[in-house]
Order: sequence, then C-alpha cells, then structure tokens
Amino acid sequence: MKYASQAVAKPYFAFAMLLFVGQILFGLILGTQYIIGDFLFPEIPFNVARMVHTNLLIVWLLFAFMGATYYLIPEETQTELWSPKLGYALFWIFAIAGVLTILGYLLVPYARLAELTGNDYFPTMGREFLEQPTITKVGIALVVVGFIFNILMTVLKGRKTVVNMVLITGLIGLAVFWLFAFYNPVSLVMDKYFWWWVVHLWVEGVWELILGAILAFILIKTTGVDREVVEKWLYLIIAMALISGILGTGHHYFFIGAPEYWLWIGSIFSAIEPLPFFMMMLFAFSMLRQRRREHPNKAAVTWAVGCTIMAFLGAGVWGFLHTLAPVNYYTHGTQLTAAHGHLAFFGAYAMIAMAIISYAWPKLHGRECSSPQAQRVEIWSCWVMSISMLAITLLLTWAGWIQIDLQRLPGDAGALGYMQTQDAIMHVYWMRLIAGIGFTVGLGMYLYSFVVARSTREQAPALAVAQ
Amino acid sequence: MHSPESVLSQADSLEQPRQLPGDLAMWCFILAELLAFLLLLGSMAFARGHWGEMFSTGIATLHPEAGLINTVFLLTGSYFAARAVHRAQAGDHRALVRGFILAAACGLLYVGVKVSEYGMLFADGYNLRSSTFYFFYFFTTFFHMAHVLIGMLILLVVAWRCRQGQYANQEKVRMASESAASYWHMVDLVWLVLFPLLYVLP
Ligand code: HEM
Ligand code: HEM
Ligand SMILES: [Fe+2]
Repeated sequence: MKYASQAVAKPYFAFAMLLFVGQILFGLILGTQYIIGDFLFPEIPFNVARMVHTNLLIVWLLFAFMGATYYLIPEETQTELWSPKLGYALFWIFAIAGVLTILGYLLVPYARLAELTGNDYFPTMGREFLEQPTITKVGIALVVVGFIFNILMTVLKGRKTVVNMVLITGLIGLAVFWLFAFYNPVSLVMDKYFWWWVVHLWVEGVWELILGAILAFILIKTTGVDREVVEKWLYLIIAMALISGILGTGHHYFFIGAPEYWLWIGSIFSAIEPLPFFMMMLFAFSMLRQRRREHPNKAAVTWAVGCTIMAFLGAGVWGFLHTLAPVNYYTHGTQLTAAHGHLAFFGAYAMIAMAIISYAWPKLHGRECSSPQAQRVEIWSCWVMSISMLAITLLLTWAGWIQIDLQRLPGDAGALGYMQTQDAIMHVYWMRLIAGIGFTVGLGMYLYSFVVARSTREQAPALAVAQ
Repeated sequence: MHSPESVLSQADSLEQPRQLPGDLAMWCFILAELLAFLLLLGSMAFARGHWGEMFSTGIATLHPEAGLINTVFLLTGSYFAARAVHRAQAGDHRALVRGFILAAACGLLYVGVKVSEYGMLFADGYNLRSSTFYFFYFFTTFFHMAHVLIGMLILLVVAWRCRQGQYANQEKVRMASESAASYWHMVDLVWLVLFPLLYVLP
C-alpha cells in the first residue's frame, strides 16, 4: 500500500464478500425451490428469495467497484484520497441502508414494505432488479454522488491517467443511468423501455468501462508493460463497447411494443457486442506475453485472465446465442436467458471484483502477495467456482433447450404448457442444484484462502518499499 | 492511386518490412467500424431481397443529385487529407494543418447537404418509421453522417495538436496524420459503397 488512504477500500471489500456469501445462500434456496416448490414457504417465498439473490449481487458488486476505486485512484493519481472520512462515512451509510433493505424484504411482505416506505407517493418499486424501496434508491443515489465527488476531487488534484479517466467516466455513467430507476411510467412499454436503460446500459455499457479500467490497472501492475500500450488497448475496448452496446440496447426492444426497426438495430449492433469482450481476452493474453516481470501474485493474475475468458464466454458467446431477433423470438425469457445472465455476471463482474480484491488485499495488509500456500488455495477456488459456474450455465442451457423445444417451437396447439415443461426439466434442475453446491464449496475455499493467508503471513513477501 | 513506378519501387524495397500507415490500434478500430457497416449493408441487401418493390418505390423518392454532390465533397476531402499527409512527410507541417482543415470543411459541406436532404424528405412525409426501406435509408445514412463528424473531429484534433507542437518528433506527426487520414478514407470508402447501393441501384 503506497498511500494510507487506500485503506478505505478494506471495509468495502470485506462487506462485498459477506454479501456475496448471502447471495449464494439465497441462490441455493432458489435452486431448491425450483425442485420443491414450497420449500421454506411461507417464510421465504420464491419471489422474495429471488429478489434478495439478485439485489445482493448488484449491491456487492457496487461495494466491490467502490472498494476497487478507493484502492486504485490514489495510486493512479499519486495523491492521497481527497477525504478518507467521507469514504468511511459513505461505507456505513450504504452498508446500513443495504442491510435494512434486505431485512425489509425478508421480514415484511413486499406490498406492506411498499406501503411503509411511501411507494404510493413516488412509485418506483416492483420491477426486477429495481425492487428497492424508493428511499433506498435515493440513498444509493446520494452515496454514489458523494463517492464520485470524493473521487473527482482526488483526480483533480492528482495525476490524470487514461485508466482513472475511463474509470471515472464509467462511474459517472453508472450514476446517470441509475436515475432511470426513478422513472416509472404507467405504460408498460415505456416502463420496460427505460428499465433497460438501467439494466442493459449498465452491464453492456458503463460497467464495461469500469471493468476495462480495473483490468488495465491489474495488468499494468502485474506485467509491467508500458502504459502507452495498455492505454491503446483500453481506448479500443471502450470504443467498441460503446459503439456496440448503446445501440445494442435494441436487443431488448424486439417484442415489447417498441417500433419495429429495433428488430434490425438490436440484432445488428448487439451482434458486435462480443467484440469488446473478445478484445479484453486478447488484451490480457497479449500483456502476459509481453510481460516485463514475474509478479509474485499469481492468484490475482489467474482471476484477471480467467475473468476475460469467462466474460467472453458468458457475455460474448452466450449473449450472441440469443441476441438475433429471429432466435430471440423463441428463446426470450427461457432458462437460456438465466444461463447467460449467470455466466456473464459471474465472468465479467464477480471475477473482476475477486481479481482486484486478490491483488489489493495482501497489499492493504503490508504484503506484496499472499503466501504460496494461500495462493494455491485461492487459485483452486477460482477453478472450482469457474467450473461450477460453467456447469450451471451448460445445465441451464440444456433446460432452456428443452423449454424451447417443448414450449416454444411447436405451434400453439402442439405446445406444452409452462408447468408441464418445468416437470420435463426437473432432472436438470437437480443437477443444477448440485453444481450450485459445488459453487458454494468454491466460494468457501476462496474465503478459507484468506484464513490461510493470515496464518502463513510470515511466508509472504513483505511489501517492496519502492514498487 | 499507385503509379506503376511506385508499385515497382515498393517491390524493390521488399526486404524492408512494409509498414501499415498509421497506428495499428487505429486499423483495428477501422476494421471494427467496417464490420458494423458490413452488417448494416448485409441486412439491407437481405431486406431488399425480400421487399424489392418497397425498395424501388422508396429509392424513387430520394434525391440522387444531393448524393452525387456529397460524393464529390467527400472525394475532395480525401484528396486534401491525402495530400496533407504527403506534404507532412516532407516536413511541411503547415501544409498538414491546412490540408486537414480543408478536408474537415468538405465534411462540413457534406453534413450540410445531408441535413437539407433529410429536411426535404421529412417535408415529403417520410421518416424512420415509414417503412423498412426508409428505416435503412435514414438509419444507415445517419450512422454514416455520425462517422463523418467523428472523422472531422479526428482531423481537427490532429491539426490542432500539430499546430500547438504537441507531437514530439516527425515520427509522431507521421503516425497521427496517417491514422487520422486512414480513418477519413474509411468514411469516404463506406460512402462510395452506400451511395450506389442506396440511390442508384434500381
Ligand atoms: C457482462 C455483460 C452482460 C451481463 C452481465 C448480462 C446479463 C444479462 C441478464 C441478467 C439478462 C436477463 C435480464 C432479465 O432479467 O430479463 C440478460 C439478457 C439478455 N442479454 Fe445479456 N448480459 C451481458 C452481455 C450481453 C451481450 C454482450 C449480449 C449480446 C451479444 C447479451 C444479450 C442478451 C439478450 C439478447 C438478452 C435478452 C434475453 C431474453 O430475451 O430473455 N448480453 N443479460
Ligand atoms: C449457488 C449458485 C447459484 C444458484 C443455484 C443460483 C440460482 C438462481 C435462480 C434459481 C435464479 C432465478 C431464476 C428465475 O427467475 O427463474 C437466479 C437468478 C439470478 N442469479 Fe443466480 N444462482 C447462483 C449463483 C449466482 C451467481 C454466482 C451469480 C452472479 C455472479 C448469479 C446471478 C443471478 C442473476 C443475474 C439472476 C437473474 C437472472 C435473470 O434475470 O435471468 N447467481 N439464480
Ligand atoms: Fe442487453
């Protein structure tokens, strides 16, 4: 750790991991409810568990992005954070608001929660991923604005690099598109139309800038390749991400009542969306090939490279699979969508979060990297989680295929009903649950690697004074 | 265009590896842009195969003279850009600045004509939603016009930076000017394909 204020990242990373565990526990509950419909009913109905699972995902990723930014910005700008106090204060506000919201989901019926939080006066609740009470949404907006302010003030007084410029652009974009969470038109078409401005323009737009910047930072640090080269790659990747991703929003406008021309725009531009993910993979491998040093933190490199591969598979390949309008006509909203959602979120965003945590955590604790034993456990956990997630993806793809084959492809008369189709998929859901348990084991190993790192701290190389 | 001599002299110097004009990163970007246009044009060809009638009646309502004038503007712009790069190679940086500004000015004329063309069509009651043909016409040409604007921006930034002396040496000037001109030629080239496909082909 070069700058004392980088320590602000610590609670963010730790809390992110805690929420990740929560997310996965609810994933297991969901996986079980798919097989035993009334499992945990009426305490935790499926819709509540699903809401907790997905909201925890988004929130822990936000914590991880903020932690990553607090770690990376002082080093990139070569100056202390403008206000570490603000960073800690926002942490507590966000953490408490997050916990209260989740408790609200679990302890109060959703309709009652909406009533209690005054949803009648300013209705924004009840939409997938955006289920938070309006006051929580306002809280998130304020936390993000305070956070960006802190970062902007730091960047203004320090060195401006391409990495921190791209990162901050991504963060500002994140804040701007969040505003559409407050826009809730009565027309269902308009509602869905702008809902995607948060959901799609986040993960296939501005978040890609955040991903690119964190990836570039880790690669600069671990390979020692010239900044100039890294910056060119970064420029290219974000240019492609934005060119394809913005108009690519059209792949969600096919059948929701938007004008017909979106069939063309959505198909054409989203067909290019795999390209930036492909380039991220080339970028990582090319940097590794040109590396000027052997960085001792093998685990961080494994996460970073693994992230680019899994993101390409999840977003690029599995995204492309159903992105053309004639295909999406049959696949829309099937388990294939869930397969893609899981691998893309895990590969692109969960893995980059773990990559930066893996790189930064030892440094935040005065070590260059963790001990070889701890790294071995961590690298194993990366493999176990990745393979389990691939298994979940393949199984859900299989489930999706059965669904399409029985429920979608046959004409109205021949098509099987939704629930009958689900019965036909039951054996696949069992296997998915087993793969989910595998994933949970991987996550356990990951957390255990921190325990090992702590107990074998003496074997880890001390932080080099001049990096 | 290569004269026979220049091709020969290039062949003579084969032992010296042929160099890409401009930055490799710019070429990756150009290829990606071309891919986007290729997909658009491919889809258009597909749509035309399906709705030939709609396309021919639609084409009859366009203004080919405006398209022709715009072709001339873009080609003139490319000429200025290419000559500027050539002169810069010989160390004449003022000619580079002047040439790039002239090329960007051609781009501006192009945009002016294009916008007035849109105005005429809107006045006739056509828009993006009129039919699949008009979608392709408006969307593809608008997307292309956005690229003309980006190309102008790139040319002007390079001209401005060159004038401010922000390029450390001749090699940097060469890199930047060739990259900018290559992008501009790409924009031009795409128009040369678009124009006959959209306005001329019956
Ligand atoms: C890291 C990037 C990405 C993430 C995290 C992601 C995540 C998701 C998620 C969670 C959904 C489901 C949304 C819902 O609940 O309705 C979804 C839908 C979709 N995604 Fe992605 N995605 C990414 C990139 C891509 C890319 C690059 C493509 C195209 C090449 C793509 C194509 C699609 C399509 C077509 C749908 C709609 C599926 C349907 O009609 O049911 N995604 N994505
Ligand atoms: C133990 C492992 C996991 C299991 C068993 C699991 C299971 C599930 C289930 C059953 C759903 C609901 C699907 C539906 O509505 O029909 C779901 C949704 C979702 N999960 Fe997971 N999950 C797991 C891990 C993860 C991980 C690691 C991520 C990302 C990093 C993730 C991201 C998502 C997303 C984005 C959705 C919404 C998908 C959509 O809208 O299509 N899950 N999960
Ligand atoms: Fe999308």
